[in-house]
Amino acid sequence: MSPGTGRRGVTSGLPPAHDVIDQALDKARGDCVVIVEESSEAEVRFANNTTTTNGLRRDRRVTVISFYETDSGVAAGIGRRGGNADVADLVAASERDAAGSPDAEDAAPLLEPGVKSEVGSGPGSSSVPGAEAFDHGPAETDLSVLRDVLAGLGGAFARAEAAGRVLAGFASHAIETVYLGTSTGIRRRHAQPTGSLHLVGRSADGSNSAWVGAGTADFSDVTIDQLEERLVGRLAWGARRIELEAGRYEVVLPPDAVADLMVGLVGSASGQEAEDGRTVFSAPDGRTKLGEVLAPLPFQLRSDPAEPGLTCSPFVVAPASSADSSVFDNGMPLASTRWIDGGRLARLRYHRAGAARSGQTVTPAIDNLVLELPEAAGSVEDLVAGTERGLLLTCLWYIREVDPATLLLTGLTRDGVYLVENGSVVGAVNNFRFNESPVDLLGRVTEAGATVRALGREYGEWVNRTAMPPVRVPDFNMSSVSPAS
Amino acid sequence: MSQHDPHAFDPATVTSVTSAALEHAERLGCIHADIRVERIRSQSVRLRDARLESAADDTEVGVGVRVVHGGAIGFAATVEVTAEAAVRLVDQAVDAARTTALAARLPVELAPEPAHGAVVWSSPYRVDPVDVPLADKVALFEDWSTRLLASPAIDHVTASLLGVSETKHYADLSGTEATQHRVRLHPVVEALALGDRGDGFETMRTLAPPVGRGWEYADGHGWDWEAELAAMPELLAEKLRAPSVESGRFDLVIDPTNLWLTIHESIGHATELDRAMGYEAAYAGTSFATFDKLGTLRYGSDIMHVTGDRTVEHGLATVAIDDEGVASRSFDLVRDGVLVGYQLDRSIARSSGLGRSNGCAFADSPLHTPIQRMANVSLQPAPGRGPSTESLIAGVEQGIYIMGDKSWSIDMQRHNFQFTGQRFYRIESGQITGQLRDVAYQATTTDFWGAMEAVGGTDTYRLGGAFNCGKGQPGQVAPVSHGCPSALIRNVSVLNTREESGR
Repeated sequence: MSPGTGRRGVTSGLPPAHDVIDQALDKARGDCVVIVEESSEAEVRFANNTTTTNGLRRDRRVTVISFYETDSGVAAGIGRRGGNADVADLVAASERDAAGSPDAEDAAPLLEPGVKSEVGSGPGSSSVPGAEAFDHGPAETDLSVLRDVLAGLGGAFARAEAAGRVLAGFASHAIETVYLGTSTGIRRRHAQPTGSLHLVGRSADGSNSAWVGAGTADFSDVTIDQLEERLVGRLAWGARRIELEAGRYEVVLPPDAVADLMVGLVGSASGQEAEDGRTVFSAPDGRTKLGEVLAPLPFQLRSDPAEPGLTCSPFVVAPASSADSSVFDNGMPLASTRWIDGGRLARLRYHRAGAARSGQTVTPAIDNLVLELPEAAGSVEDLVAGTERGLLLTCLWYIREVDPATLLLTGLTRDGVYLVENGSVVGAVNNFRFNESPVDLLGRVTEAGATVRALGREYGEWVNRTAMPPVRVPDFNMSSVSPAS
Repeated sequence: MSQHDPHAFDPATVTSVTSAALEHAERLGCIHADIRVERIRSQSVRLRDARLESAADDTEVGVGVRVVHGGAIGFAATVEVTAEAAVRLVDQAVDAARTTALAARLPVELAPEPAHGAVVWSSPYRVDPVDVPLADKVALFEDWSTRLLASPAIDHVTASLLGVSETKHYADLSGTEATQHRVRLHPVVEALALGDRGDGFETMRTLAPPVGRGWEYADGHGWDWEAELAAMPELLAEKLRAPSVESGRFDLVIDPTNLWLTIHESIGHATELDRAMGYEAAYAGTSFATFDKLGTLRYGSDIMHVTGDRTVEHGLATVAIDDEGVASRSFDLVRDGVLVGYQLDRSIARSSGLGRSNGCAFADSPLHTPIQRMANVSLQPAPGRGPSTESLIAGVEQGIYIMGDKSWSIDMQRHNFQFTGQRFYRIESGQITGQLRDVAYQATTTDFWGAMEAVGGTDTYRLGGAFNCGKGQPGQVAPVSHGCPSALIRNVSVLNTREESGR
């Protein structure tokens, strides 16, 4: 998996992560959690048919969470330092903060080791959930993982120039290795590779543009040539320009666009926030919409650390607490979680303390997201073929919450809106600003295809591992025309 | 007011790291090399209903080296602050330049910049916000939250604080060596009121902007927290009872607490020349204000005067020397309503032929390469005394006065935008007659600024801003301030956000 051997690593002067954890736990006077996040990243940007900036970096963050027992509960203090942290000083600082803080609202007993994750590492996964690899060094990457991409770009730039196209894009690869240790004896390590490739093509005058993107773990499954071929096809659709007014349109949303909408939906799925009355999942009198039907079609929206091709950390890593994530839950095994099941809202996020207070199931966040309609088949092309008149979108951009009560989001269509007539694309349409709620949209989907890997243009930067179906919505609200191209 | 930064690296360590790197870069034939050694300390605190939800101290350290070698650029960075590691970074950056040069079709060149020698600079502050004990911060926020929760009008209160103290050592082959220390602070309190039937809600957030000031800001230097918190319950109760806006076209009087964000999105980003020339086409986007329109594009009405600067006191983008060794300055972007300038870094200044950079390079971390980032982009007030906000409102027959920013979105060429706000007041016959709910305004950039009939005087001028402006791949976040007066914009499209959701 990791193309580098560690030979090129530049943090060789740093003590091993597992030693840092042992030292910190040794210095700690009370209960303590130590997280070491190592990351190795390589990337290259390109624009105007040439490479532009690039980067190679090694990061390390050490987080020490100290717990301080009071007469009435437990307080937590968190210190986080980059690089070759002075461990004794970091432990002392976090203990000082803990002693000066009020009792934590999310307090729960630290977890014990021996609780095995219900999920293992799937085929092709680099995840090492057990303690057996705890003393292994961090996985590394470097620009060699992008060798084929860079080689492919040379030819793609030449072809683009000859054809009057301008290419821009980004290729990046990162491996984050997380080490977790607790004073209760938990020792876990997980190495997470994350890659993405974006390619944008524009006509020389900028009036016609298209985007293709892909998430990948190691660039073995994505090439510039494949993406370029799809891009050229899209740009050919744009040879005919059609101006359309704002209004409600039947649209076919490709998986990449659906990914951004579903990431937006799950982002609002906090149990505590819903009980406070401030989200789309709030019901009157401090209740939530858990159990309510959101969609007539039996959609399943899930996160699963063992999801084939999308594996992610099988245990909780929480360097800080929030309304639904707790530092007290570090090391908790993660299992498949159905946020929506059979079209009903099935889970909201709760940390252990919140779940106990509300009588709900403990539900931590998981770093992937899959939307599936059971039995659904067909590709985005099949949905287009079944469209009498409608719009085929490419991706969504600049998505922002307008009204949390309905989860109304606004945003733009970007780099390719196409008019479909009688099952075929007949030309490219101007862009639109949309105002839509992903919760409402899910309820209005009339047809979905098979689930495939997808990369949200907006949120893919943070949630890289998603798989989504293409969907048809009969009445998508295009609020106004955007002259952007 | 500026003082020695006790958390700076030992000067001998910095010199050994930077000299080792620069000497090695010169030996390898780099025509340019710069190195940053940084320590960024931050503290975040968040309370929910007056109870501590999360608090964390963070210290980021690292070294970043950028080289221009063989006509290509290379960047490498690590968290290890030693001379040996810095020398390895130079090798890696040169290697990155060579590797990516295989697909390069244009050589990279940087605009010339004179050497500035040794520069030491600090932003003005009294108390470094990260040095204040956590317990004191929690106590202040508990007090603010408890006071608001005591009101029957308020059901929930969230309060958050982010304080940053950034120490940056910059050195390059030309001989510029800058040691700079900046602090910034953003306290935020938001109150929520549930509707009577328990099925709707409204929120109201403090309008206090993030600023380049120390902890004294939370103590009332530069903002009247007491007055703002005292007024909030009644304002929120009125908002909850307010009628929903009827969509249509209205004259808008926009307060600086809202207008700064419209300036940021529709002028700030649109006048970044790297965007206008296509270098952000895959991510942040391009710009309608293309380079061929410099000096001719009618951006707005004749009274529109917009500047960029990295010099204003307490400005979040303010520095002495930027992350490419360029001295900071102030410059015009829009004059008499016409596009007259762009924000530049050294590479884009060179390739555009505009001469020297105007100092807009910034990297948000020692581990990220510097890219062109936004200066403090500000709309200038009316000359002389100028109108008050009240007199702008007095000139409106049917309109809305908007305060505070909330939701924002703009397209990738910076044409079509939509903004909401914190408070919306109906204006009838020149008088404010109460709040409205569910307001969003939508416009196209040049239509909007072309319809700007009046700007307020210097008494209405305020500095707004954000800590989290995003750009670049991998993503970087930059702090930036925007000054502006109140402004009167005629005949703008106003939407009802409830109607937009189809309910």
